[in-house]
Amino acid sequence: MLAAVPMLLILAVPLLALAGASSPGDIAAGARHPLFLPALWLSARTTLISLAVMVLAGTPLAWWMASRPGRRSRIVESLVDLPIVVPPAVMGIALLETFGRNGLFGPALSSLGVQIPFTTAAVVAAQIVVSAPFYVQAAATAFRRVDEDLLIVARTLGHSPASAFFRVAVPLALPGMVAGAALAWARALGEFGATLLFAGNLPGTTQTMPLAIYTALESDARVAVALSLVLVGASALLLFPLRTLPTLIGRRFGLASGAGGPPGRGLPRA
Amino acid sequence: MHWNVHVQASAGAFTLDARLEGEAAPVVVIGPNGSGKTTLLRIIAGTCRPLSGRIRLGKRVLLDSEAGVSVPPEERRVGYVPQGYGLFPHLTVLDNVAFGLAAGPRRRPGPERRRIAAELLADVECAHLAPRYPATLSGGEKQRVALARALLPVPELLLLDEPLAALDVAARRGLRAYLARHLTKRTRPAVVVTHDARDVHALGSPVVYALEEGRVVQSGSAEHLANCPGTAFIAEFFEAEGAVWSERRAPGRMHRRSNAGGILSTGLSSPSAATPDT
Repeated sequence: MLAAVPMLLILAVPLLALAGASSPGDIAAGARHPLFLPALWLSARTTLISLAVMVLAGTPLAWWMASRPGRRSRIVESLVDLPIVVPPAVMGIALLETFGRNGLFGPALSSLGVQIPFTTAAVVAAQIVVSAPFYVQAAATAFRRVDEDLLIVARTLGHSPASAFFRVAVPLALPGMVAGAALAWARALGEFGATLLFAGNLPGTTQTMPLAIYTALESDARVAVALSLVLVGASALLLFPLRTLPTLIGRRFGLASGAGGPPGRGLPRA
Repeated sequence: MHWNVHVQASAGAFTLDARLEGEAAPVVVIGPNGSGKTTLLRIIAGTCRPLSGRIRLGKRVLLDSEAGVSVPPEERRVGYVPQGYGLFPHLTVLDNVAFGLAAGPRRRPGPERRRIAAELLADVECAHLAPRYPATLSGGEKQRVALARALLPVPELLLLDEPLAALDVAARRGLRAYLARHLTKRTRPAVVVTHDARDVHALGSPVVYALEEGRVVQSGSAEHLANCPGTAFIAEFFEAEGAVWSERRAPGRMHRRSNAGGILSTGLSSPSAATPDT
């Protein structure tokens, strides 16, 4: 029991220190700072776009990974995992090598008059590359837990593969998908390294909250703390569905354990 | 209505090569674990593709690998109740039963399909379960609901995978009679996989197929398999219930009841007890 305390302290104390660092007046002053609102607005916009792209493009990939066991899907799974283990700064360089002026698609893009690096699009790209694996893996895990027999039964009851997917697989995998989406969104909201290298730190265009914190720290620590507290609040809001949704859904269906919820979360008996 | 199935499939070292046929009465498939029973059912349902084969249901060809025909499961009109019942945990019993009318050509608007589902539930003595979620049902109740759900779209062939395996003895006895009642009442062609000889008697199946290592090793009437078992498994299968068998057979009760119910059609082409696939 005592051995559990150090890690708990390591995790909790910095956040408590942050919460206690500033008075409400400081926070209000920080929120009025010219850096604050543009960064908040940019972060909200870009992460919502990233989230939409991750869910729309990531769900089919997750379904494919879950429904096709075998060597090919294991290779794909490793590819999806790669951005999780590769440092974000490296992903930033990789994006520059892909979309930069001298990158893979650079000449083609500049002949079309399109520039991606150091634009808002680059912010979105950096967030997607770094966060999508969290969603795809969580959704694939949730899909894998859907009993194959349920999909077979749905087909024999006259449902097309698409109908079986939307009426059976998605509802049952939803808690896991929502948890994965929340995790990916939180990761996108905190994206720093890849954004800095690929999108830069231009106020209003590419300066998201984490970059604004970095900038503010050089001039006014109060702004950095205010921005940080807003991020903590947003993250706590994201954690809420992550922890409660599988339980709520499980209870609704009278299940002893959540169907397709995140692993290792035992649910109270209904 | 006559139906027949002849399929070959392989998965790794396992090969399935089976030939089955039947008429209106339920046909029973017995076999040890891993003999390919579930794979066979999935192939008939259409969610598992065999290497080659032909499946005919009445006048309709569901699968003909030579002609490149493979009707998708949603158009086969083959009902399937898997071993774990396969109830949708996120839907109420009523919506589970109504699911077969929620898409495809048989689609009905919500209120209408719920009304039809409620009527069927009442008909199979399960009206009181309608608002509940599957997780709150007993095994026997789940099986009744799963059967009702499979029956609602009026399938031309019904596949039941070990319908009684997960139930305790008391529930099993009740449900066995129930199954026999509702399958014969609707004279539904069915393939019932079981590992309990008592199911064979209760269903009054004219033909039993013994499947071992993917092959039909013996087929014929239950009496024939019980009296001249072709393999050790078949001998054990009927031996365990030997007392029940001879006791029931002696007064010829099963035969009379079956004929009265019109299950045993006289013109039934009962496959010989030889091994057809060698």
